[in-house]
Amino acid sequence: MPGKLKVKIVAGRHLPVMDRASDLTDAFVEVKFGNTTFKTDVYLKSLNPQWNSEWFKFEVDDEDLQDEPLQITVLDHDTYSANDAIGKVYIDIDPLLYSEAATVISGWFPIYDTIHGIRGEINVIVKVDLFNDLNRFRQSSCGVKFFCTTSIPKCYRAVIIHGFVEELVVNEDPEYQWIDRIRTPRASNEARQRLISLMSGELQRKIGLKVLEMRGNAVVGYLQCFDLEGESGLVVRAIGTACTLDKLSSPAAFLPACNSPSKEMKESPLVHPPSLGCRSTQNSPIHTATGSRLTQNFSVSVPTLIYTGMGSGSAGKEGGPFKALLRQQTQSALEQREFPFFTLTAFPPGFLVHVGGVVSARSVKLLDRIHNPDEPETRDAWWAEIRQEIKSHAKALGCHAVVGYSESTSICEEVCILSASGTAAVLNPRFLQDGTVEGCLEQRLEENLPVGCGFCHIPYDELNMPFPAHLTYCYNCRKQKVPDVLFTTIDLPTDAAVVGKGCLIQARLCRLKKKAQAEANATAISNLLPFMEYEVHTQLMNKLKLKGMNALFGLRIQITVGENMLMGLASATGVYLAALPTPGGIQIAGKTPNDGSYEQHISHMQKKINDTIAKNKELYEINPPEISEEVIGSPIPEPRQRSRLLRSQSESSDEVIELDLSHGKKDAFVLEIDDTDAMEDVHSLLTDVPPPSGFYSCNTEIMPGINNWTSEIQMFTSVRVIRLSSLNLTNQALNKNFNDLCENLLKSLYFKLRSMIPCCLCHVNFTVSLPEDELIQVTVTAVAITFDKNQALQTIKTHVEKSLQRASTDNEELLQFPLELCSDSLPPHPFPPAKAVTVEKASPVAEGNFRNRSAPPCANSTVGVVKMTPLSFIPGAKITKYLGIINMFFIRETTSLREEGGVSGFLHAFIAEVFAMVRAHVAALGGNAVVSYIMKQCVFMENPNKNQAQCLINVSGDAVVFVRESDLEVISTQQPTANCQPLCTGGEVTT
Amino acid sequence: MTNELDIFVGNTTLIDEDVYRLWLDGYSVSDAVARRVRSGILEQTGATAAVLQSDTMDHYRTFHMLERLLHAPPKLLHQLIFQIPPSRQALLIERYYAFDEAFVREVLGKKLSKGTKKDLDDISTKTGITLKSCRRQFDNFKRVFKVVEEMRGSLVDNIQQHFLLSDRLSRDYAAIVFFANNRFETGKKKLQYLSFGDFAFCAELMIQNWTLGAVDSQVDDMDVDLDKEFLQDLKELKVLVADKDLLDLHKSLVCTALRGKLSVFSEMEANFKPPASGAEDRTPRIPAPQNLSRGLVNVAAKLIHNKDVRDLFVDLIEKFVEPCRSDHWPLNDVRLFLNQYSASVHSLDGFRHQTLWDRYMGTLRGCLLRLYHD
Repeated sequence: MPGKLKVKIVAGRHLPVMDRASDLTDAFVEVKFGNTTFKTDVYLKSLNPQWNSEWFKFEVDDEDLQDEPLQITVLDHDTYSANDAIGKVYIDIDPLLYSEAATVISGWFPIYDTIHGIRGEINVIVKVDLFNDLNRFRQSSCGVKFFCTTSIPKCYRAVIIHGFVEELVVNEDPEYQWIDRIRTPRASNEARQRLISLMSGELQRKIGLKVLEMRGNAVVGYLQCFDLEGESGLVVRAIGTACTLDKLSSPAAFLPACNSPSKEMKESPLVHPPSLGCRSTQNSPIHTATGSRLTQNFSVSVPTLIYTGMGSGSAGKEGGPFKALLRQQTQSALEQREFPFFTLTAFPPGFLVHVGGVVSARSVKLLDRIHNPDEPETRDAWWAEIRQEIKSHAKALGCHAVVGYSESTSICEEVCILSASGTAAVLNPRFLQDGTVEGCLEQRLEENLPVGCGFCHIPYDELNMPFPAHLTYCYNCRKQKVPDVLFTTIDLPTDAAVVGKGCLIQARLCRLKKKAQAEANATAISNLLPFMEYEVHTQLMNKLKLKGMNALFGLRIQITVGENMLMGLASATGVYLAALPTPGGIQIAGKTPNDGSYEQHISHMQKKINDTIAKNKELYEINPPEISEEVIGSPIPEPRQRSRLLRSQSESSDEVIELDLSHGKKDAFVLEIDDTDAMEDVHSLLTDVPPPSGFYSCNTEIMPGINNWTSEIQMFTSVRVIRLSSLNLTNQALNKNFNDLCENLLKSLYFKLRSMIPCCLCHVNFTVSLPEDELIQVTVTAVAITFDKNQALQTIKTHVEKSLQRASTDNEELLQFPLELCSDSLPPHPFPPAKAVTVEKASPVAEGNFRNRSAPPCANSTVGVVKMTPLSFIPGAKITKYLGIINMFFIRETTSLREEGGVSGFLHAFIAEVFAMVRAHVAALGGNAVVSYIMKQCVFMENPNKNQAQCLINVSGDAVVFVRESDLEVISTQQPTANCQPLCTGGEVTT
Repeated sequence: MTNELDIFVGNTTLIDEDVYRLWLDGYSVSDAVARRVRSGILEQTGATAAVLQSDTMDHYRTFHMLERLLHAPPKLLHQLIFQIPPSRQALLIERYYAFDEAFVREVLGKKLSKGTKKDLDDISTKTGITLKSCRRQFDNFKRVFKVVEEMRGSLVDNIQQHFLLSDRLSRDYAAIVFFANNRFETGKKKLQYLSFGDFAFCAELMIQNWTLGAVDSQVDDMDVDLDKEFLQDLKELKVLVADKDLLDLHKSLVCTALRGKLSVFSEMEANFKPPASGAEDRTPRIPAPQNLSRGLVNVAAKLIHNKDVRDLFVDLIEKFVEPCRSDHWPLNDVRLFLNQYSASVHSLDGFRHQTLWDRYMGTLRGCLLRLYHD
């Protein structure tokens, strides 16, 4: 009996009136875990019952503890008829299973009903006594910590980063079972919620087992998703990065990676050779469609640096022996891994050596009923195939690893697009599992790596490039080659030298598609995809140029499939990397040079574009330091001279045009206007309005060029659905509609948040879905953070200076720097973190108790504030403890849509309720914030004719305790504030 | 292309004070948008009308959802759905319960019943306040009334505790509840010059001195109902005008003390004592300027009847304020006179109801001074 779960039901408040006659309620509570149920007494005639129950004790296996949610049902007792359910609370007790997380869950939870929403609150206390279980063959993985954060959590240090873990479980969707025809919507929703809760528990446990197998103790960058495949079932899948983390409370030495020589990755039972793959794919012609699409992928790669080409990654000339050696080391460390993928987007210093570019793969599949839920090979094989593709793309870029890796799906009827993307990279093997690298090599290696630009240097062979690209010597160190543009899916490395500020760049695209069935449909989609990729990238590239920038971070391309259209939405944060060359302008070339008015029109457009670029450069403060001719004159390989010319010329701002024509059509900067479509494209480039002054936006964790955040943050979710007029829809009209939708949404956000100016929208995350034929739904979640304007002006300089300074410091200091920061800042802290936490935690509990006693609520006890943010940090504060992962799934349904304020009223209320439930769970864990919060799914369906609507929402994040820096200063007198400033303000230093 | 659905939900609920005011004032979304456009917000922010429309809708939806909670403000503090900083919560509540002077003057002292609610249409037309806003204000009055009506303890404290209003607003509501409960007439033409503040001031004095709570803080309804026993006893004061000797003595005491100090001394002297005729019954509605003392004492003596309680303010105006005003008494003279008038009674040896007199006159003096203006 490895664990004892104890639950106490204290009280309820604000219960709904269940008895119309008395305007009161006779409430009691059922507490269920696994198959055991306890009941409280009935508390007669009260809307604020005080049950004060005994401790209900469940003796359970820890496997169950991980899988099962605690289910609390509040009911109204009825003597004559069946008891009426008021609502339920599901509590995930996982956080109680790690030693370092929460020790008790105690607080007020909203009582939730899938039909009525929140109906009052209930005060519950939950504890777990775990007995040590040394059984080797156990099925549970208690003790493995999970983090949604895609960087090493702030109060931990990564000893080893093991690598990729993945798992998926499938089941039948209760909504599609035969029984659903006879049960109530409520029962159906609850069955679904419960099933998904169970499945995520199971999934987490299984991933935990894999981590333990790899000798890790944590999963970072844990991303769990649901695929609602309708008839064919329900898939819950998760990916993450297994790590061995050390808590930073002890000033431990910087340990080398632990030497576990013969640690072969156990062959995952889930990955079968393709020949074993499933009927469905093999038999269907879609399989070939997939294949052809994937090959097309290569051809798509031309204009950007992203997709792969052929070419194997032999050592670059400049890299010399170290690079080669490094490659060998990394290779050996990574090659035994099936998938050298990392879901992290920010890394410990020194971890990321080079970045190759974005790699991505998509595959169109036809869904088929999952026949045996216990053997989900089909889905596993699908993903394995895609990952293999990604791996080979990375190889082609001369990289052995993929960072910032993520997977997603888009489903419409029986067609499913699976997508995976990441950034090909060369990593420092020191952090990887088989870190056998000798210290001296390490040192030399890092000496060789200039800070602030090292990651930009090309990992692939210059003479054997995977795709046409212009290489130049790095503008920062002048030693190695860099590409002219860099696209990545990761966050901007903290030490990167950046000029000016960054900005959100989006490419938006729609393509109409004929309605078709099954295979024909899948083939049609497969055929459209490469063109969409191509156009999305062209758009991104053009918009990047228009901004006068040369790199994209946090790139996320989402392709959504609908009945009669495909939508592509790419979001990224553009920046100007000091290491890369200045981008050239955009050149318009007309096809019919004889027509005078046409010519005039073209030159007019050209002028507009040039003006926009100039304006943007000013807006984003892009004024790179002048580069002396001498440096530029350094040996540049032949084929690049022309582009060189262009650049130096465009650097001197205004007079662009003539020369560029010479290097003509091969260059990506030239837009050819050969038909009206192209004209439209150019127009749409210019319609993107910059945010109003005082506003910046990005989709990464931090805004390049701003690092003086104040503590005011506002996380929000905004949802918009538009109905297209169905008549004569053309691609152009569709594009315009979609573009307007996104632009108007952004405008609304800027307006709503105007009181926060100067402010930056960070981690802007757009999700597109096509719930019906003529409907487009866009969901945005982001956080607005205010910053101090006065300091903002100086940031560029200091940033560059800082990185230069850092560059000059020798490697040892460089490596130890963040570590010292932490060991400096933590030990003198009079309270060890654990203690600080109990202080924090005491408040909600005490408050709860206090409220229990005083029945009539009095004015001064308010609900504690819980912050939510999609970022991994809280500006102006220090995270002292991670309390566990929050992963919640809710369904809300209504049959009185009009009465609830229509679709907007319904969804508005539901999202507010979801926020409330997340906050309540965090508060009950003793936390005061959720970081790395993400709304992974928001599936909204309506049937206005029947006055019905249904919505499913899935959110996750990390519950944490944070302490304001100002408070910290009061506590610890010895600690110089300067030390903790860079730690938190940038949210960047990973330890 | 139409927006089917358009929402914005913040972790901290966004409250736009200007939009809240428009919502409280009962404007429809389109009216509110029009008003916001006129305020020049589009020029300031560079937003479009569509953005403004969407923003206004969002706020209205939020307020609509909050309204249920605002009906029981402690719920707003304890609810978990909307995360709102305490200062904002206070603002929401305070503004929600705030009322328009024009409106409150229309319903003050009326029974807060369905019947009155039906008249809101007329009130809306008369005052120019939207019907929606009138309803909100009326329902607020009624809600507060229902909650505190039967409660023990101080009226103001009860209101403050159950509605979390500021001290000022709680006092105003106490006055509204007190007036509604006692149904004081405030709508008569001659009362029109009085502001809500005037009545609220009187209400507070009366609550402090004339209710059950003034003597015993452990009874129900202590602050809302007048002390019946006290009203009963007030009849005893009649002796002050009925007994000729007492009246003369009282007059001479007042006159002696005020001689030379009052600019209107002769008028006062003439008015103090009634003419011999018509001493017994009140001659209603005909100003009896020569009879200040008789008027004040008669008002006291009649308060045992509910109807006369309702007409208290009408009587005070007729019996005291108007006569003085017609003689152009300066406010300071009124004060001197009332002080002396109340105080001199202590020197009347034959008069046994000194405490009763003080309880009555103390409050009345305060009220009269407040009511005495143009």
